[in-house]
Amino acid sequence: MSGIIEQERYTCAIGAMQTVTAIKRAIPILHSGPGCGTMVSGFFERAKGYAGGSTAPCTNSGENEVVFGGEEKLRKVILGASQVLDSDLQVVLTGCTAGIVGDDVGRVVKAFQDQGRPIVHVETPGFKCNNYVSHSSVVQAIIDQYVDHFARGRTSNPRLVNVFASLPYQDPFWKGNLAELKRILEAVGLQVNILFGPDSGGVEEWKTIPEAAFNILVSPWYGLEIVEHLEAKYGQRFYQFPHIPIGGNETARFLRGLAGFAGLDQARVEAFIAREEQGFYEEIDNLATFLLEFRYGLPGYVHVIHDASYVVGMAKFLLHEVGIIPREQFIVDNTPEAFQAGIRAELATTSSKRTIPLTFDPDAGKAQEVIRGLQHPGRGLLIGSGWDKHLAQERGLDFLSASAPSPYRLVLTTGYLGFRGGLRLIEDIYGQVLATYR
Amino acid sequence: MSIIDLRSPSVEVRENRLGSITGFEGSASELVGCSQRGSLGERNRSFSQCLGCSTSNAACTVILIQDAAVISHGPVGCSGCLHEYAFTYRVNGVHRGLEHPTQRRIFSTNLEERDTVFGGNQKLADGIREVHQRTAAKAIFIITTCASGIIGDDVEGVAAEAEAELGVPVVAIFCEGFRSRIWTSGFDAGYHGIARKLIKPATRKQPDLVNVINFWGTDIFSGLLGRIGLRPNYITPYATVAGIAQSSEAVVTIQICPTLGSYLGAALEQVHGVPEIKAPPPYGIRATDRWWRELGALTGRQAEVETLLQEEKAEHLPRIAELRSQLAGKSAYVTAGAAHGHALVAILRELGMRVTGAAVFHHDPVYDNAGAADSLEAVVQDHGDIPKYNVCNKQEFELVNLLVRQRPDVLLARHGGMTLWGAKLGIPSLLIGDEHFGMGYQGLVNYGERLLETLENDEFVKNLARHAINPYTDWWLKQDPYLFLEGKAHVGNH
Repeated sequence: MSGIIEQERYTCAIGAMQTVTAIKRAIPILHSGPGCGTMVSGFFERAKGYAGGSTAPCTNSGENEVVFGGEEKLRKVILGASQVLDSDLQVVLTGCTAGIVGDDVGRVVKAFQDQGRPIVHVETPGFKCNNYVSHSSVVQAIIDQYVDHFARGRTSNPRLVNVFASLPYQDPFWKGNLAELKRILEAVGLQVNILFGPDSGGVEEWKTIPEAAFNILVSPWYGLEIVEHLEAKYGQRFYQFPHIPIGGNETARFLRGLAGFAGLDQARVEAFIAREEQGFYEEIDNLATFLLEFRYGLPGYVHVIHDASYVVGMAKFLLHEVGIIPREQFIVDNTPEAFQAGIRAELATTSSKRTIPLTFDPDAGKAQEVIRGLQHPGRGLLIGSGWDKHLAQERGLDFLSASAPSPYRLVLTTGYLGFRGGLRLIEDIYGQVLATYR
Repeated sequence: MSIIDLRSPSVEVRENRLGSITGFEGSASELVGCSQRGSLGERNRSFSQCLGCSTSNAACTVILIQDAAVISHGPVGCSGCLHEYAFTYRVNGVHRGLEHPTQRRIFSTNLEERDTVFGGNQKLADGIREVHQRTAAKAIFIITTCASGIIGDDVEGVAAEAEAELGVPVVAIFCEGFRSRIWTSGFDAGYHGIARKLIKPATRKQPDLVNVINFWGTDIFSGLLGRIGLRPNYITPYATVAGIAQSSEAVVTIQICPTLGSYLGAALEQVHGVPEIKAPPPYGIRATDRWWRELGALTGRQAEVETLLQEEKAEHLPRIAELRSQLAGKSAYVTAGAAHGHALVAILRELGMRVTGAAVFHHDPVYDNAGAADSLEAVVQDHGDIPKYNVCNKQEFELVNLLVRQRPDVLLARHGGMTLWGAKLGIPSLLIGDEHFGMGYQGLVNYGERLLETLENDEFVKNLARHAINPYTDWWLKQDPYLFLEGKAHVGNH
């Protein structure tokens, strides 16, 4: 155990520049060595957004800044960024160079804040944590250093909720997932701050975060810091659902739990669930013949290599609503130890009669080694990242690319969350399977 | 030029070794003049956007070696984009005669906060042994990062100790991003490690073996060199550790781009006596003829080369003439890495097009080997001056400003992200990834046809331009494009 990681499935703290990129007209400004921005956009691919990738301003710190400090250079780059790029919000993210050298970035940024500019800073040197964790730091920095100015004299809106769920870009399906979340929450009578992506109202929407009646967290662990922070700061309680709800069962459970938590109109919630289930199970009903009778071979079991949210969400969905048995599962998001027992317990609720072996290890190369050594009867499915295509081919497994990095698959607005997401996941799995028949 | 010193664990970055720069505004002939007079000065930008990084360029010299493993010694993000090389290796193998490409073995030592305090030497030492055990790689490369560099880990010492213990080359490559704003310094760092640890002194000469320093371009050299009785030894992508070791036995080294291979070409010549072709690579007719003749002279195949050139001319000149008449007078703007940018200018001029300007990522006033021709000077001599020739290290804001002013008929780019801005402005834009695509006579035909196709099929860019999102302010697009280039005497008119 040397602590090395093969085939990383996430990136470092500064990868949360994608959290900024996902906010309409917000721009990341990197105070880092050259290349951090390029590394991040290389990891996620096709993830430039409004002003990420090679558009993102960067100090490109060199020997000079490492030896003498980079505060002056940062000040100039912020000034230039304001002149050259239109934006509603600037977020300064620091890299390893500034982090180790110890630049006082707060002081540089404060001078701009004092002029009333919409700018915040956050420490994201790569050695500090991964992007699952730093996503929360970025969100909190924006809330504490900017949104909070608009909190004074706020009135609480009893129907308004802030939603924290898919991590932009780290979850390849974030746009689709957030869209589906917003759709089902609005359908049960809520007003939704979805905060990221095309369905959000941008920085104006962020300013209303303090007005929300409560917060929703759809995640086993990452993002928990945000809702705990908001609870302490604005007294907003939060409703946590411990994984991505995929398909009929879990989405209904998500909504019923929420209705109980928030005292929503039960009849309205039940009517919505009934209507959605009708559409959902009509498809499953139609599909059942295919699943039961297709004589040329369909996958009977699945390994998922993904983050904790997807591993649990997919295992439950695939077992009960598709009939694919979850075998060994691998969580590769570097889940902090404190959350691991809870996630194991949640996965265990999937079935009262079977145990699903689960491993936590960010070293995905090791997960692959385990899979290489396994033998299960029947045809298998592997859901993972682009790294796993090779393994799937080697082992004769069906393969669906559904986690970052994903060079073999293009995802635009597809989502796997909710009633609609469940059906889409089925389409994608069997689309891949049927494509093997030529 | 530089003296290759393989005793040193690291090689100086280009700024210090070659006097290379990343900021210049003027004409190509002025830049060549400054280089020759030794009066080339760097100019900094007070505003800048994300650059590339040496560590990923160093990575590209080693990840695609068939039987190697790579460890990035740094935080996990410093190897974030390396999966792209795994993809490249897998999907491009078919063009390089590799039917069953194996999975790339890429590791990170995952440096964390406590390591920046207590150091990462032990983590690296343990990591190397684990990688050795897990991969049985024939060579293990360690690429360094800003974090490992600043905390001062003894990467060379750890590597040397592991090498002695494990009995395979364990190669430390010093390519911290903050050391250089010229990301191609990473190529030099990778090649320095390879030259130090992998290339063995020749025990015999293979008189028909030609080192080809390239990326992962399609194998055209087996055919071309085969016609004059030579065969390629591609280094380093898709090579084996053993294949690289024997590159000292070759009769000559050629390279597709001196920006890439300057250092390795010089190391092979200065240390192992394998001469490097000094003529710029074969892009455009004049450059092609010169290049082949130098190859013929160095390998004693002058007659065969003349025959080959006659055959090539007979086959391709009629089609090139047709393409010239179709492309005549069209204007183009070029943005690319240094020497390949020069190559693209040569191709466009050879095809009768007007090159209205260029934004080239850096400029090397000299290369590592004495006598290696300046590829920009050659282009100016062959095809005339380039009026607005700017050195600009992928600063998108400058490029956008320039394109808005120049509105060329076509934008020719090499390096991801740059064509987007041509397209957003409704300018047909072309990026060719395969560096062999434009070589020789066939290359002119290839490019000519693709350029015609690109100019003709402009519906997509026209539609995109109507709906494009533009984050740049109106203010900026009206400013002098070099406003942020410091040391500027005045703001001129453009």
